[in-house]
Amino acid sequence: MAIELRSKAMKKDKALKKGTTQKQWTIGFLIAAAVIWTFYTFIMYRLPFEIQQVFQHWLPPTTVNEALVWVICALGLNIVVGYAGLLDLGFVAFWAIGGYSAGWFMSAFFRQVNVHVLTTAKPETPGIHLSFWAVIFIGGLICAAFGIIIGAPTLRLKSDYLALVTLGFGEIIPQVFTNGENIAGFNMSNGTKGISPVDNIGVPGKALGPFDFSWKFFIFALLTAMMIFVSLRLRKGRLGRAWLAIREDELAASMMGVPLMRTKLSAYAVGAFTGGIGGVAFATHVNGVFADRFNFSISIILLAMVVLGGMGNVWGVMVGALLVAWVNSTGLPSLGELVNTTFGLDINFPSYNFLLFGGVLILMMLFKREGMIPESRLKAILHEADDTSSNLGGHH
Amino acid sequence: MSIFAKGYQARKVRRLYLERSLGAIATVLILFWLTINFIKSPSQFFQASIIGLSNGVLYALIALGYTLVYGIIELINFAHGDLFMLGAVFSANFIAIWFGKSASNPGAWLVFAGCLVAVMSVSAGVNVGIERFAYRKLRRAPKLAPLITAVGVSFVLQFIGLRWNGSGPKTWNSVLPPGQFEISGVTIAYTTLYAIAITVPLLILMTWIVTRTRQGKAMRATAQDQDAARLMGINVDRTISFTFALGGALAGAAGLIFQQTRGLTSYNLGYQLGLIAFTSAVMGGIGSLQGAVLGALLIGLIQGLNDGLPIGLGQQWSQTVVFSILILLMAFRPTGLLGKPVTEKV
Repeated sequence: MAIELRSKAMKKDKALKKGTTQKQWTIGFLIAAAVIWTFYTFIMYRLPFEIQQVFQHWLPPTTVNEALVWVICALGLNIVVGYAGLLDLGFVAFWAIGGYSAGWFMSAFFRQVNVHVLTTAKPETPGIHLSFWAVIFIGGLICAAFGIIIGAPTLRLKSDYLALVTLGFGEIIPQVFTNGENIAGFNMSNGTKGISPVDNIGVPGKALGPFDFSWKFFIFALLTAMMIFVSLRLRKGRLGRAWLAIREDELAASMMGVPLMRTKLSAYAVGAFTGGIGGVAFATHVNGVFADRFNFSISIILLAMVVLGGMGNVWGVMVGALLVAWVNSTGLPSLGELVNTTFGLDINFPSYNFLLFGGVLILMMLFKREGMIPESRLKAILHEADDTSSNLGGHH
Repeated sequence: MSIFAKGYQARKVRRLYLERSLGAIATVLILFWLTINFIKSPSQFFQASIIGLSNGVLYALIALGYTLVYGIIELINFAHGDLFMLGAVFSANFIAIWFGKSASNPGAWLVFAGCLVAVMSVSAGVNVGIERFAYRKLRRAPKLAPLITAVGVSFVLQFIGLRWNGSGPKTWNSVLPPGQFEISGVTIAYTTLYAIAITVPLLILMTWIVTRTRQGKAMRATAQDQDAARLMGINVDRTISFTFALGGALAGAAGLIFQQTRGLTSYNLGYQLGLIAFTSAVMGGIGSLQGAVLGALLIGLIQGLNDGLPIGLGQQWSQTVVFSILILLMAFRPTGLLGKPVTEKV
């Protein structure tokens, strides 16, 4: 049964290789994004007031933008967890480092110096002010460097040890930023006060204000589209196939000549890079970086997005991320309000999010391990054990 | 010997050399730090050590649960710390609300003893239930699946704690006789002694069960090779349930001790303490009982010294210190202090 499934999946893989799916899908996403953008920018304020209210209540532009940031990060985590099969429980570290890159290079925080490169900030303001587009790369590169530093000594370990090291890393980095007000006399992160505001995003001929949601949506959608393209493209390439091979059977992959360390490290670096991009984008979304926002729950929510949507499947992860982000920010409070007013109850729905996320993770693992939109190859592996579920069987 | 094998050997030797020298440098630095502090203020040094050790015994109880479960089914039971938290909340409710005891008197001590039995049985039951309904089905699934499930269980337990204990921390009165005594400038609270007096017999009992009883033998056999154990007539499912029961009972006891000696409960208690306890288990060599206790005492000591010494990073860096140790250990000595290196089972 498992072999049959696998061969089916391989056929599908071959079909994928022939077409130019990744371009089509990316363009498809961009068209959808353009439709949403047009709606929010030109159509919404012409609608009757009541309908506008409904949209503001159920799907405000800020929620949409934030959801896109989550999608970017979830796609990054998907490369690590979904493609390469390495469990990362500290992804928040990369988000935080990305955020602080924006804080360092796009604000008046470093008053000692005065650097301006293609920025929207006024020339007389002190601090380092680089262009948003440059900071995205710088943040990504810093994260990738950290990913390699943390990954290089630990990727030799068994997968569950790796999970723990990443978890520890995700605890250390936020604490460093929280306590970073005075590291041997140097203020690195402004402590719990955070760094705010960060510079606006510059687009040709315009500097976006902090509340310019529709333009930011456009930019975040572009970044997301880029991530989708990169994810799909990488998966089909040599590196992506090596990742999948490692995920499926590390020993067999190394026998076939896949360099384990280098391949795993690159998954880690690419995932971290994406986390950095997400961090920079989030900093411009909330117009600042605040140390107390970076906690374990972010790592878990990202993991829930990837697992719920379907590990390894870009579309699944995207749908999962949009859904979870919406539920978390708008859905749960709004739904709760609706239920409470309809039935005359007084239940604090957002306080159930622990139960919701925990329950979803458990139930998905027990009954639908492959997620809502599964990836066919992964589905085959995840259910391999079920087919030989006699009492005797080897260790995996 | 082929040329490849030679290259491999050389690399291995170089690696070993690097690890040894780094380890030596770290040890020297730590000793230097300790000596300076000791000379500067000996009483503060001992005070910090005592506080550290009393934390350490608590970590040991929790760490044993991790190491037992990891030893038998190779699962990092992320929910274990939260089970400890539930134990603490249960104890608080049992003593202060259900029996209404908030002062130290013989009646309250009886309730305390009753609570120890109750919290250990309830936690054991909960842990067995978690294994039965969340982990058992995934025993043969790829590693990622039970790990993610464990994270999910941890969230569900935290939710129960949140509902039961409220969103903020709660303080409670201890029913144990309060007080402290002093030896040459170092004050030792009685609570520290109670913690040790309850923990040490439990640890001895635990070691006895695992090393001397029939059930313990079955546990060790199952940990080594489940299939072989099954062929020898061992009921593997029941043995694993028993292991979870043992771990759960210890976590429950730790919860009671924590609640009574610190007088505090909070729904997110388990996450931090669980992580620290797991670090201890790893430090000692996961799967090894003595290792878990040793690691826990060491981590408690390190934390106590870091928080309490005049020259140190201070409490706000506590987590960073503990997790840096974890990461360094993972990088240079993944088998821990007392663990044996294992070859991969194929």
